[in-house]
Amino acid sequence: MIKKTSLYNLHQKNGAKLVEFAGYHMPIQYKDGIIQEHKFTRSNCGIFDVSHMGQLFINGQENLTKDLENIFPVDLKNLNINQSKYSFLMNDSAGIHDDLIITKINDGYLIILNAACKYGDFKIIKEKLKDKYDLKLDDNLSLIAIQGPKAKIILNKCISGIDKLKFMHGGNFKFKNYEVFVTRSGYTGEDGFEVSIENKFAELFVEELLKLGTKLIGLGARDTLRLEAGLCLYGNDIDLDTTPIEANLKWAISKNRINTNYPGSKIIKDQIKSGVNKIRVGIKPETRIIARGNTKIFNQDNKEIGKITSGTFGPSVDHSIAMGYVENNYANSNTKLFLEVREKK
Amino acid sequence: MSEVKYSKEHEWLKLDGDVATIGITKHATEMLGDIVFAELPEKGTNVEKDGTAGVVESTKAASDVYTPVSGEVIDTNQAIVDDPSKINQDPENSAWFFKLKIKDPSEIETLMNKDDYDNFAKETSA
Repeated sequence: MIKKTSLYNLHQKNGAKLVEFAGYHMPIQYKDGIIQEHKFTRSNCGIFDVSHMGQLFINGQENLTKDLENIFPVDLKNLNINQSKYSFLMNDSAGIHDDLIITKINDGYLIILNAACKYGDFKIIKEKLKDKYDLKLDDNLSLIAIQGPKAKIILNKCISGIDKLKFMHGGNFKFKNYEVFVTRSGYTGEDGFEVSIENKFAELFVEELLKLGTKLIGLGARDTLRLEAGLCLYGNDIDLDTTPIEANLKWAISKNRINTNYPGSKIIKDQIKSGVNKIRVGIKPETRIIARGNTKIFNQDNKEIGKITSGTFGPSVDHSIAMGYVENNYANSNTKLFLEVREKK
Repeated sequence: MSEVKYSKEHEWLKLDGDVATIGITKHATEMLGDIVFAELPEKGTNVEKDGTAGVVESTKAASDVYTPVSGEVIDTNQAIVDDPSKINQDPENSAWFFKLKIKDPSEIETLMNKDDYDNFAKETSA
């Protein structure tokens, strides 16, 4: 059965085109369409229902920090309470099971997981932690992203105090009298916040935000926004066949963790030292033609050197945009590449 | 000018003498979403009924445009190439795609009238 988020009725009321995504009925767009929704987020404030994503809570203290460092290549020891880091769940070959945001909270950690990966991740993490801790993938919580240059001013009217949060930091706040957990983060390239709120208050919360002049934004614009910002989509741009180093995400591996142990650590260390054969790059096609995922990439001598993993039209840059993997020696900016779309280059 | 005819590939056709003006239907634009790219056939080329005669791309997907009848391309609408969003705004009028000097008028009889097309569109998108 396809699941509904707590905003399902609100989506319908706002004219959403609903599609199945990762087992949920999700809005791909509303009446304005992807381009207008994209531009509204860049200039004003867009509201995204991302309740399909996993909110995994793990309770524990110092030992948990140590055990989680054996799973994730991130410095958790020096993480402050309510501070977040972007990281990966990897297999022993440094392939990526999922990319995620991990936040240290009062009695443990909160990990935000991709919707399509969350049950698989839960199993892997639970097994690696050998049942020593209490893990909960919390279905009673919704997750609402508030994104755009006006996000801070508008959200602060509903949840007072969030304007003091620094990027990649969170905290406990109140919406009316209800407990919410807010982080300053997002997936659009804009300033923004993600609010974790009990399902039964989510609709009321979003209705308040809509009254303040915001608009609901669908997954279609979420994709064009993240691609313009150069952010990876799990399943397209990163997966079990790519490592974080190949994905050009070395910055997310904490420096003091490079010589320590975690799944795939040998390969990561080796790739940092000796380099990689393929690497993720951003690509700007010369025309308005879109080079979508799996488009082949050629060099000037007609040799195939890689493929596109995500491509779309960027409404803000008013241009076709893409990212993909190329052989390492073609990764410099201003390298001329050829893309094969509909049998033409 | 004769009535507008429709194809199963969601093109419309308006006949004036032996010249057919062809574009994509409003229903097609609603299915595609925001159109961001259009490619048209070259003037002077001959196109065959049901053959490819262009491409439209939306933020969601690329889709071929087919010609519902055979003929020679005598004109194309550069305005929709320069600003593809015009196709969403006025698909069945100013945002036409190309004009053909038709080869075989009997091909037009195989196309649907408005009521039949509306029913077809409703059924196929349900």
